[in-house]
Amino acid sequence: MKNLKKVLAVVMAVALIVTCFAACGGNEKPNTDEAVLKIGVTGPLTGDYAQYGLAVKYGAELAAAEINAAGGINGMKIEILAEDDVAAPEGAQNGYNALIDDGMKLSLGSVTSGACAAFLGEAKKDNMFMLTASATAVEAIDGDNAFRVCFSDPAQGTVSADYIADNKLASKVAVIYDSSDAYSTGIYEKFDAQAKAKGLNVVATESFTKNTKTDFSAQIQAVKTSGAELLFLPIYYSEASLILSQAKTAGLDVIFFGCDGLDGILGMDNFDKSLAEGVMLLTPFTPTAKDERTQNFVKSFTAKYDKAYLNQFGADAYDAIYIIKAAIEKANVTADMDASAICDALKVAMTQITFTGVTGTDITWGADGEPVKKPIAVKIVNGEYVVM
Amino acid sequence: MSLFKSNKKIVSNTKNNLITYAILLGFFAFAFIWAQTGEMPRKIQNLLIPLCVYSILAVSLNLVVGVLGDLSLGHAGFMCIGAYTGAVFTNIFETVIPNDFIRFGLALIIGGLFAAIFGFIICIPVLRLKGDYLAIVTLAFGEIIKNILNIVYLGVDSEGLKASIDGTSYNAMLLEDGKTIIKGAMGITGTSRDANFIIAFVLLFVTVMASLNLINSRTGRAVMAIRDNSIAAQTIGINISKYKLIVFTIASFFAGIAGVLFSHNMNSFSASGFDYNTSILILVYVVLGGIGSIRGSVIAAILLYALPELLREVGEYRMLFYAILLIVMMIVNNNEKINDMKKSFMMKFKKNKTVSEGGKN
Repeated sequence: MKNLKKVLAVVMAVALIVTCFAACGGNEKPNTDEAVLKIGVTGPLTGDYAQYGLAVKYGAELAAAEINAAGGINGMKIEILAEDDVAAPEGAQNGYNALIDDGMKLSLGSVTSGACAAFLGEAKKDNMFMLTASATAVEAIDGDNAFRVCFSDPAQGTVSADYIADNKLASKVAVIYDSSDAYSTGIYEKFDAQAKAKGLNVVATESFTKNTKTDFSAQIQAVKTSGAELLFLPIYYSEASLILSQAKTAGLDVIFFGCDGLDGILGMDNFDKSLAEGVMLLTPFTPTAKDERTQNFVKSFTAKYDKAYLNQFGADAYDAIYIIKAAIEKANVTADMDASAICDALKVAMTQITFTGVTGTDITWGADGEPVKKPIAVKIVNGEYVVM
Repeated sequence: MSLFKSNKKIVSNTKNNLITYAILLGFFAFAFIWAQTGEMPRKIQNLLIPLCVYSILAVSLNLVVGVLGDLSLGHAGFMCIGAYTGAVFTNIFETVIPNDFIRFGLALIIGGLFAAIFGFIICIPVLRLKGDYLAIVTLAFGEIIKNILNIVYLGVDSEGLKASIDGTSYNAMLLEDGKTIIKGAMGITGTSRDANFIIAFVLLFVTVMASLNLINSRTGRAVMAIRDNSIAAQTIGINISKYKLIVFTIASFFAGIAGVLFSHNMNSFSASGFDYNTSILILVYVVLGGIGSIRGSVIAAILLYALPELLREVGEYRMLFYAILLIVMMIVNNNEKINDMKKSFMMKFKKNKTVSEGGKN
């Protein structure tokens, strides 16, 4: 009995201390150094899509470290604050508010679309400038304070259909998409419309949901019997890896074509890279590209972080920080401005800058926040991306 | 309990209920005053409404699990119906009823009623089932709701409402002047954020009051008799079907209201959020707070919902800590020795009074 009491006392004390630290930590951070510009981002740092979230975090931190080493922006040092949102709307809203408590002046939005849209309303009310690196849904930047680095879902769908038709990759195409996911349905709808407009024959349209994403044999069989020459996969890499391995078992021999969601498949744990051989995808970033900018980024990224996180998300985030730098210099933002004033200045500056980074050259933005740039398609050869 | 003690029991019930109300009001006063001083961090401000939402859900689920004694795993489904119907109503009538307060009130009622109707419908097959079978049916029901709403497209244009389960044909149907309300898997975006902490708290208070009154009523006693021994209850003439229907419908109604609150606090939400995990989460609140204890449900919901947010400071290990704390709490709560210690501890306070039994409300 006595021992039990002691154990209980210790457990309680530990619990109390943990919650105490957790509860007060946020407010006690001294804000003495005025010349620090805090840029916040929420993303899935844990859970299913952690590879995206961590890549964005690392990419942004890398850019921030480089900029700080070179003297900062307008004399301001930048600091990246990242909060976990597990890719869920509620988590994102909580994370956004936690970031505000920590003194965020600019937001990189969230990594995934649903999460980004979740706090957009609040960000609009706060007049917080948002530049999301990778949230692709149209709704994710629905507001004049929000911009993005990557293509939107509809744009990806249209561009993919154009690419397949223009390069005569196939005439009969099949699609497997996730009907419970906004990213996937968003791309699929536009792809379907554009494919028909371009004269492609969509012979099979199969879908799955979040709950049925382990067994794809029925869908693969349907694709096989439809006689499709190309299978379009507007989905994320975790499901795509299963489809690839099950397609191999079923003997499905088609061209696999995906969007930026497939980026990251080569970095997956326990994934047999030979399965992805010949897979094509649209991605704004390829580590094997020969230009100096990309090579420098790849070199400094891999020196600091695991190579598995070297993907489009990291590159988008890396560019996002440099885009913010360009816009801040254009708008002449200073450290004494508050978040709302910074937002007012930056949303004008964003439409005036022309940016060249690792995810594209001569990118410009419209007032709607969408980037204007050219897509790049890559093919996986010998476990590496090769630009086509 | 024998008849002789019944008077005493009513007194202790009333006392217990008053303690519950006092705890609730104390929570409200604390949060309200803290918010008024302007010192409350945004992180906590943002948690206030979800805390009320999940408390309402836990209390309403407790009616089914604790009072009726049936295990329901589909509570998030009812919340989902409330969230969707409430948000659709608000989006359609945004310009017709400009007064936020009235519109939100109507949305709450409509969301609650729709959830109640579905609660009634689901209850009909459930009436024939018990135990695990019932749990599986409710689980399936929750999944059906989620999966159907996940593919629904709904919009309004000058011709009226347009709905489809196929995005391509929906886009072709909607006229130029149309406004999309439900957009498939993307869910509902841009609902007017009418919910505030005061309304949320009032709803929580009403839910708790209704639940406590139900438990202490003739109906409540009949329901508990069914829970304790359904055959005995039947032999004394209690209509089991009727009381099961009542409890299920009331619980769904409040879950629907919680859903409406939830949807009017989020800029964007989708059906995929109301999955099996959410149902289990609510069940965890109920179990940890003590099955049948309304007060416990509220306290557990508040603590457990806030915990992962307060644990943000430990960064990547947050969910690990959360899981460990959950396990520790479950063990501590269920340990006989610890419970004995708790009892003897409480005895010291009421030395000369007899400890009333079964007064856990």
